Amino acid sequence: MSENTNEGVLTGALATDRKDAWWVGPLLTAMGLGAFGVYSTIRAFANADYEWGPYLSPFYSPLIRIPGLNVSPAFLILWAPAGFRATCYYYRKAYYRAFFQHPTACAVNEIHGHSYRGETSFPFIFQNIHRYFMYVAVLFIGILWYDAISAFFFPAADGTRHFGMGLGSLIMVVNVLLLGSYTFGCHSLRHVIGGKMDCFSCTSFGKVQHKTWLGVSWFNNRHMLFAWCSLFSVGLTDFYVWLCATGRINDFRFF
Amino acid sequence: MQPAKAETGTISRLMRVFRGDKNRSELKEFTIKQHPGMVVLDAIHQIQADQAGDLACRWNCKAGKCGSCSAEINGRPRLMCMTRMGDFEPGETITVRPLKAFPVIKDLVTDVSWNYEINKKIKPFTPKPKNADGTWRMQQYEIDRVQEFRKCIECFLCQDVCHVLRDHDKKSEFGGPRFFVRAASLEMHPLDTADRVPMIKDSLGVGLCNITKCCTEVCPESITITDNAIIPLKERVVSRYFDPLAVLWHKITGLPKQPRGGE
Repeated sequence: MSENTNEGVLTGALATDRKDAWWVGPLLTAMGLGAFGVYSTIRAFANADYEWGPYLSPFYSPLIRIPGLNVSPAFLILWAPAGFRATCYYYRKAYYRAFFQHPTACAVNEIHGHSYRGETSFPFIFQNIHRYFMYVAVLFIGILWYDAISAFFFPAADGTRHFGMGLGSLIMVVNVLLLGSYTFGCHSLRHVIGGKMDCFSCTSFGKVQHKTWLGVSWFNNRHMLFAWCSLFSVGLTDFYVWLCATGRINDFRFF
Repeated sequence: MQPAKAETGTISRLMRVFRGDKNRSELKEFTIKQHPGMVVLDAIHQIQADQAGDLACRWNCKAGKCGSCSAEINGRPRLMCMTRMGDFEPGETITVRPLKAFPVIKDLVTDVSWNYEINKKIKPFTPKPKNADGTWRMQQYEIDRVQEFRKCIECFLCQDVCHVLRDHDKKSEFGGPRFFVRAASLEMHPLDTADRVPMIKDSLGVGLCNITKCCTEVCPESITITDNAIIPLKERVVSRYFDPLAVLWHKITGLPKQPRGGE
C-alpha cells in the first residue's frame, strides 16, 4: 500500500461500483417529464382546438374565458395541477434525481459540492405548501368528473343534447379515474385524512377514519404508478380532443 | 447481479476488498473458492482464514438480524451475510468496500458511533398515565403502523446510502433515515405523549431530506422508510410550522399538546 494514498476510496462525480444500468431510470424520467412539459406548454399557448362536441381538454378545464383578457384560458387554471405535481412527494423524488442530480442514483457519487440545503431554503422550502395544492386538486377531480359525464351528452343541431358514447367519452372517464387514483393517493391527503392521528380509538369516528386512512394508503402505495399513468392520460386526452377538433380524425361513436 | 438461482459446483471468484483505514487504503484482489450456498460474508471469512488473517470485518449473527456486517458490495449497500455469491454472474468480480458515510477504522469496519449520539437526542417513549384498572390499552389496528418501524436492525445501510450524509456530510444538522424511523415509532405510538416535532424539524433536520427514497431501497427489513416514516413526519412539521390554517388551529385549540388523537 502506497503511503498516504486513498486508492480504496471512490472519488469523482458519478463514481460508483454499481454494475447495473443505474442511469436509465433518471434518463427515462427526464425524458418523460421533459416531453410532457414541452407538449403541455405548446398546448397551453395554442389557445385553440381544446374542445370538440362534448369533449373538453383537461388542460383547459375548468374553462374560464375572461372577456378582454388575451391570455390562453389554460394559464388561468394550469397553475393548480402543475403546482400539485411539482410539489408532489413522488415527483420531487423523480426530478431531484433526474434534473438536479441530488442524487442521480443511489450510492452514485453526486456531482455537486457541499452547498446542498435540501428543502430548508428557497426555493424548495415552498414544497411545504403541497397540501394547499392538494385541496385544489381534489376540487379539480370533481370538475373533471363533470366534464367526463358531460362527454356522454352530444350536442345536436337543434341545440339539445343527446346521450351517447364516443371513444372520447371513454377516454375522459379513464382519465379522471387515473387522476383520481393519483390525487387520492397523495401523501398530504393521507396525513390530513388520518396520518396525523396517533390514537384512532381515542376519537369518536376513529375506526372510520382509520379505514379511510387505509384506503388512501392503498392508493399511496401505488402513487408512482398513478402519477405516471395519469400524466400520460392527461396528455393523451388532450391529444385526442385536438385530433377531433382539428378534423384529423372522426370521433368513434359507439352509439 | 441476478436473482437467486440454483448453484452447482465450486468455482473460482475474483474479489476486490478494501484494505486500509481512513488515511491510507487500496483495493486488494483475492481469488477465492466459491462453494454453493456461500454468502459474501463467507467469502470474507475465507480470505481471513487463508490469505489475509488481519482483514477486519464486523459480524455477529450471520442471519440478517444483528445488522453488523453492513458493507458496499458492487456499489450497493447491503448486508454481507444476506448477499449470496451465487447471485452474481460467474465471471463477475465482486468488490467489497466499507460504508462510505462513516469513517473507516480498519478495512471493512467503520466507526458508526455518531449514530448513537444522534439517538440520544430523541425523547424516549413517554406513555400516558395508566387507566383506572392499572393497565394501558391500545388496539392492534393502530399499533400496526409503528410495529413496522420496530423491525429496524440498525444496520445503518439507510444512513450510508442517504446522500445528505454520504455526499454532503451534514452530520451536524441531520439525523438520517434511521432516526426518522425511530422518531416515527415513538411519535405515532398511540400511548406516547411526548412532542418531538420541534426536534424532528431542528435537531434531526427533516427538511434536509429530499425524499429520494434510497433509504427505502436498501433497507434489508423492507421498512417503507420514506413513505411511512419520513413523509408523515414532514407532514407533521408542515402542520406545525408551514401551514397557516393548521398553525391558527393550534393556536385556537391549544393543540397539538393534547390529545394524542390528532394534531
